[in-house]
Formats: sequence, C-alpha cells, structure tokens
Amino acid sequence: MAQPATTQDRVNDFVIKLANVNGTGSASANTLLMKSIFRMGVPVMGKNYFPSNIQGLPTWYEIRVTKDGYVARSGRVDLMVAMNAETYQKDVREVSPGGFLIYDSTWPRSTLLTRDDVTILGAPLARICNENFVGVRNRILMKNIMYAGLLAALLEIDLEVIRQLLTESYAKKPALVEANMKAVQLGYDWAKANLPCPLPLRVQRMDKTKGHIMIDGNTAAGLGAVYAGATVAPWYPITPSTSVMDSFRGFAQKLRVDPETGQNNYAVIQAEDELAAIGMVLGANWNGARAFTATSGPGISLMSEFIGLAYYAEIPAVIVDVQRVGPSTGMPTRTQQCDIMLCAYASHGDTKHVLLFPSNPEECFQMMPLAFDLAERLQTPVFVMSDLDIGMNDWMVPEFKWNDAYRPDRGKVLSKDEIEALPKFHRYLDKDDDGIPYRTLPGVSPKGAYFTRGSGHNQYGGYTEDSQEYQVVMERLSRKFKRAKTLVPPPVIEATGTSSLGLVSVGSSRGAVNEARDILAKRGIPVDYMRIKAFPFTKEVEAFMASHEKIFVVEQNRDAQLKSLLTLETDVPKSKLYSILHYSGLPMTSKEIVEAVVAELGDQRRAQVAAVAAT
Amino acid sequence: MSFINKPKVRHPDLPTNELGLTRRDYEGAMSTLCAGCGHDSVTSAIIQAIWELGIRPEQLAKLSGIGCSSKTTAYFASGAHGFNGVHGRMPSIATGANAANKSLYYLGVSGDGDSLSIGFGQFAHAIRRNVNMLYMCENNGVYGLTKGQFSASADIGTKSKKGEENLQAPVDPCLAALSLGGTFIARSFSGDKDQLVPLIKAGLQHRGFALIDVISPCVTFNDHVGSTKSYEFTREHYQEAVHADYIPARQEITAQYAEGEALPVQLHDGSRILLRKLDKDYDPTHRGRAFEYLRTKLRQGEHVTGLIYVSGNVHPDMHEMMRTSDVPLNQVPYDKMHAGAAGLAGILKRYA
Repeated sequence: MAQPATTQDRVNDFVIKLANVNGTGSASANTLLMKSIFRMGVPVMGKNYFPSNIQGLPTWYEIRVTKDGYVARSGRVDLMVAMNAETYQKDVREVSPGGFLIYDSTWPRSTLLTRDDVTILGAPLARICNENFVGVRNRILMKNIMYAGLLAALLEIDLEVIRQLLTESYAKKPALVEANMKAVQLGYDWAKANLPCPLPLRVQRMDKTKGHIMIDGNTAAGLGAVYAGATVAPWYPITPSTSVMDSFRGFAQKLRVDPETGQNNYAVIQAEDELAAIGMVLGANWNGARAFTATSGPGISLMSEFIGLAYYAEIPAVIVDVQRVGPSTGMPTRTQQCDIMLCAYASHGDTKHVLLFPSNPEECFQMMPLAFDLAERLQTPVFVMSDLDIGMNDWMVPEFKWNDAYRPDRGKVLSKDEIEALPKFHRYLDKDDDGIPYRTLPGVSPKGAYFTRGSGHNQYGGYTEDSQEYQVVMERLSRKFKRAKTLVPPPVIEATGTSSLGLVSVGSSRGAVNEARDILAKRGIPVDYMRIKAFPFTKEVEAFMASHEKIFVVEQNRDAQLKSLLTLETDVPKSKLYSILHYSGLPMTSKEIVEAVVAELGDQRRAQVAAVAAT
Repeated sequence: MSFINKPKVRHPDLPTNELGLTRRDYEGAMSTLCAGCGHDSVTSAIIQAIWELGIRPEQLAKLSGIGCSSKTTAYFASGAHGFNGVHGRMPSIATGANAANKSLYYLGVSGDGDSLSIGFGQFAHAIRRNVNMLYMCENNGVYGLTKGQFSASADIGTKSKKGEENLQAPVDPCLAALSLGGTFIARSFSGDKDQLVPLIKAGLQHRGFALIDVISPCVTFNDHVGSTKSYEFTREHYQEAVHADYIPARQEITAQYAEGEALPVQLHDGSRILLRKLDKDYDPTHRGRAFEYLRTKLRQGEHVTGLIYVSGNVHPDMHEMMRTSDVPLNQVPYDKMHAGAAGLAGILKRYA
C-alpha cells in the first residue's frame, strides 16, 4: 500500500489520542507519556474521557503537545493509538488528514478500515507481551505500558525521563520499575526495528515547563482547603467531586496530625447523603469552625433547602461544585458548566449566592482561602464553581505560591469581651451600615446567645411574622449582597483598546478562548476578553459590557446560563450578547469559538473589523 | 416585637445551684404552644435537669428541626445558643456543631414527625456515629402544626380526631435505636417529671448518643378517646420497667437497696446512673433482651418506660472514632493548620 501524504514536520505541536478499555491500567501509561513530555520542557495538555464504569468500557485520553502552551483542545487528532477494537471504526474516522493511527496487529483485522489520507501502523503488542510476561492481568497492564515505549521511539521521547518517572512512581516497589521499564524497552525496540521512526510528529526538548507543575483541580482544591484552615469536611461521595475530599484527607494526614499526641486537627465525615453533608457544614460553621463540602450538580439539588437556610440565617459555608453533565444523573464523567443558574439562586424564596469561578487548578487552590474569607466576612454560602475538566484532568499550571502573611478573615465574630461590653447583643442589626451584622459563637458568653432560625426573624434575632420586621431583614440581605460586589474578585480583562468585540467566559473555557483570540487576531479579528471570576458581577463587568458593541458569551451548557445571569444581573442590553455554546460533555475546543465568531461576523463585518484594527 | 418576653421578676429566696443560678436563669421565651401541651412539661423537666446539673447556659447548644417540638428549644436556657434548622435534619446540624467543638453539651429536641419520617435517616446515622448528644423525641403520634395527620409513630388501630383509623405499622424510635447500636435508650412520659428529670441528667452526662423518647400528648389533635397517645391512655398503659436515678460524681450512694434491686452504671465523668428495676425479669444492659421485652410489651399495647437500655461497656463516640484533638477544632490555632510557603514547595515536588 502506498503511504499517504503525511503532515509536515510538527515538532512539539500535535495531538495524540489514545483509545483504550477502562480498568486496564491505560491511565498510568497515558500519564507516564504526558509527564515525560512535560519533563522534557515541552508544554502539554491532557484530557481523560472516561466512562461511568469500573472496568470494560471505552476510554480515551488526549495529549496535546503544545509548544505555545495552549491548554485547550485544538480539535485535531494527529496520532491515534487505537487499542480498543470496539471503538476502532470511530477512532479511525477521527484522525485528522495526514495523521497516523497505531493499532495492535496481533490479530488480523479483516474489516480493518483504512483511509487514504492517514498512515496506519500495526504493532503486535499483545503477542510481544504474551511472549515476555506471565499472568493475564500483568499482560494487560504491560501491553499498555509497552505502547508508551512504542511512542517514545516514534516521537523521540527520552527513555531516561521515562525511567526516572517510573522510579519516582514506584519508589516503594522497585521491582515494578524494572518490569515496567522492560515493557517500555520492548515497545521501543520493536518500533525502532519495524516502524518509520521518528515520525514527523516529534518531541524536542524545550525549556518551557520550568516553574510549572501538573496537577488536577480537585487535588488543588483539597490542598487549598487545608491551607485555608478548614477543619470540618463532611461530604457524600459523588463523581466528579470525590477526589476533593480524598485530597483534603491526604494532605490533612500529612499536615494536621499532632506529632506529640497523634491526634487529628481535622475531621472528615462521610455523611449519609448530601442533605446531611450540608447540614454538618452549617452546624460546624455556626459553631466557629471552617467547614466545607464538595459535590456535583445532583448534590446541589439535594442541598438546596439547607442552602436557603444558610442564606437567611446567615451562616458561612463553602461548597465546591465540580460540575458534570446534567440534567438528572446526566453523564457523570463528562464536563459542563451547567449549574451556574442553579447555584446563583439555589433554594426557594428570594435567595442569591456568591459564586467563584476557578479557571484551572491554580485558581482552585487560590480560591479556597478566598471562598472561606468571603463566606465568613459575608456570613453566607460561597460556591467554588469548578468542573470535571478542571477537577479531574492534570493541568500544566504555574507552581502554587503561598503568602505566609495570610491570616484567615473570620469576619464579624464578637469576642467574649466585646459581647460583655455591649448593652445587649442583637444578631441581625446592621450596626456598620454595610449590610453585614455581627455574630457570636456558642460557648463564649450567655449574653451572646441568640436563636438561629430559618423562620421569619427580625433584626434583633427574634421570631416574627410582622411584615415590616421581615422586610427590614430581607432588605438588609439585599444590601449585603450588593456589598459582596465590592469584596469578590474583579474580572480579568485583556483588551486591545481598539476592538469593539468582546469575549466573555467563566471557568474552564478560558484555555479555548485564549487560543481562539490568538487565531482570530492572526486573521485580523482582534477581540477583547473578560474572564469573570465571581458572581455577583462587579462594576468592571458592567464597564466592559458597556464599552463593547458585540459580546460573545462562551459557555459550556445548552441554555446560555451565564448569558442569562448577565442579562438578569447587569444593565447590558440583551441584544449585545451572542452565545457560543458547547455542551457535548467534552471540554471545549478553540476551533469552535473561532468558527462561531467568524460565522457571526460575516465577511463584510470581518473586513470592517480588520480595517479598524489596522488603523 | 411579636415574640413574648417573660418578665424577669425574681423571688429573693429562690434556690440556687452550685453556680449560684436559679431555675429562672435557665428559662427561655414564653411558650406559644397550646395550653396543656405535653411539650411544655418536657421543657420544664429540661430546665430542672440542667439547673440541677449546674451546666453554664452558654455551655449548652440547643438544636431542633421543624414542628411543635422543635419550637421548644426557644423556651428554655435563653443563655444558650439555639439552632432551629430544617425539617428532620437537626441530627446533621448537631453532628457538624459537635465536630467543631467537642467541649459543649448538645441537646437536640425533635418530635415524631421530625425524627421518624424525613428525619429517620439522619436520626439513624447520628446513632451509628455515636454523636455525643442527648436527643429527645417528643412523641405525640400526630402532626400538630398541619392539623392532625398521623405521624409515623401512630400505633395500628389508633384513631385520628376525625375518626380515621391508622392501619400502618408504627416506627418505634427506641426499637430502632436498639437495632442501630444506640448506647443509651430511654422512654418517658411528659406527665412523669420524677422519671424524666434524672433521665435527662443521665442522658446529658452519657458519653455518646443518648435517646429519650418522651410520650408527650397533643392536647389539640391527639388527646381523644381512641388515641393511644392521649394522656388518659398513656397513664393507663404506662409501665415503668427501670427507674434511673442520676448520682453526681461527688455524691455517695446513701439509700439502701435490696440485693439485685439496684444496678449502678458508671458514666465517663465519674457520675453514675443507679438503675432500679421495677420489673425483676428485666435486664436493661442486655440489648437483645431489651429489644424482645420492648417489642412484646408494645404488642400488648403497653408503653414501657424508664431507661430501657444502657450499655455497660465504653463505646467510642464520633470524636474518638475520628481521633480528633483534645483542643476543639474551632480553637486549633491557624499556624498548626498548614505548612506555609516552604512546606508547600515540598508538597508540590511530586507534581513537577
């Protein structure tokens, strides 16, 4: 068969996709590959598309080698490693023209699909494995490690880097280093002898990952909670948030066990359900601990009644929502930004909540102390709106920094002396005229005692069914929410100063928007960018929208929830806002954004914009 | 202001407890429940018990859910913080509050509607976790605030005020607690303060989860002929199996008891519960026999009361299971919580 035309040299700029079966150890092989490239100083992006299943269903891993450091999907697949016969047909279709496909040629495939514009490379991985390893489970695991070796030869990944990574991973089981390395070497040697090494897709050492780490957002959020001083962590397991608590517990075991007594300065409580998890969070915060929970959309639905109580009774709480595809059970292992409206207004009655939008694991870490500070300062629930893409994928981010001068802002909590100096304590009085009352903690002074309730209460803390007394408190809560606008982080704005076009996004869409802006700029369409970091929207959000004519709101849900929230909660005219929506469950690509902007502008408009940009 | 304050007039000769406080210092807002409500008698027993124990009001946290019973935490110990949560979920608030500060007394007041329907799961799991608290279920078999529907504790054959008969099997909180590993399980009657006050004292001093199910008749919706939770029916079918006296740590047991009649149970703080068995066939420290006895009596339509079961062994409470520090978690200094910038760099090494 004649070799199809391949792509030109694509050094440090290509996408590998690995199709596999879950529960076969492919995740280790894929992570090993990605980390090796990262250790060679070349920026990488990794996305794991896995099923809601323990073993036996299709899973894919996408590695983007990106010299320019883009963290989003490009929409291309240059090299497909098709290890799953079940998805082979789909996988072969997905390869970009000029790309490559590797499959396990141990078993002949009569129905093998080929494509004229794709180079198909067979490697008898299972056979080599069977000849060199014993035991069914071992053979399956080693076959996956073997393709890492195969790719090392094809892509010129340094074997010493791979060995070093394996040594670090199996520091406590050195025998595994040798077994894994043997598999890597087998794949490497076979490829060298039988395949056209190297491919035009190649990895070449760079120096662009220094000062960076590869970490997932859930690990980062758990670590952030430890650094924030959270002590009580009740939760109920739910994909994709569970690893937030695994992380919190793991770091707490390292940092929070008293060396003298062996006692824990933290409490992780596995609740019976989300209703109980949030109840425990409120009980602990009410009692003066920093408590948080982590959940996903279905958990927020269940917690909503308590969230309304926290809003009305003014109890701090931090809730990490690692969003997944809804509605209902939806697709638990796929990503979306579909809880924006749910969280902004969670619970019955007039309620509004503070939301923070981390865009990557670094911000998951940074926003945990911030979330607690805001929750305690404002005495209200604060949501950290992560998603599965941020939470469960390893992202390349700058190494986290910590400011040793940080002290938790515990808000307006009266000390024993302060309470006892008062003529009388009133829980919900707006003494400082900023909408935020003073609170007291149980156990401190009988003079500070008050009755916390979700039923109607007046500003003194007493029960009421009096219309006016009720409204006084509700109006102050509105003022408090306005006050929140001055306390939450402002958006990050990247403006050219000349463009009348704006892109707006929250959370994980950032990477795709950044790359799309570069592509659009190269095509003569400069677009300004506002990355919103919090709700309620600050005055900078209003100003950005007022100063741009056409604003593309990029988000990962069907119903344009961010756009809805902007039209409800700012003065922007609806006619200025254009939605770019992506809700497939896979992370967004830059390509979609570019195409949507170009399509909306049309040729003529594009020329105008280009002319304006040129002057 | 629409809530009612009691006038603070004090008789100079009111007796004081060891803290120099009178019973009045443990009162709360004026009750807004119906005149004659059993819950008000329970409130009065709680006031008596915490006054006698000499607990500082601020050392107590009062927790409740939604319903008539849950309102009552406002009617005692106004010097204690109270938390009136959402329906059936007082146990989770109590669990979180207790996790944050193990040094306070936690008193949860709930009812049959709050505890045995939406709250049944949380009730069960608080027992499993052995949260150190006293949980009082003011049990009247009926939903009062919504005007007379059966609750899950309504007995088979009991009649509503409108004459409707309940055909569904009841949930008995004491049987449930026995099956879930509860370590202190009592039943009492709002009309028997002599029995209730020592039980409350013992329950508050018990390390771990203590349950007192109190039959507390609803005078408005469930006190008629045909109800099995009316005052009249309860008085007639009320059988005290074990009487518990609470003996503070410093106090000697002075009364004389016949051999086998009295059984002292040591509490963690050195105080004791002295059990006096009124039915000599009954063993309140044997879970299986307690379960069987209670079930048999229930079938016969008898309300067994007293300290139905108390474990003679020490069971770890939630904090002991979690090995939390002696310093309450809400008082751990911030510098003991993290490793600073230098420690962070070390932690992040494996991610580079």
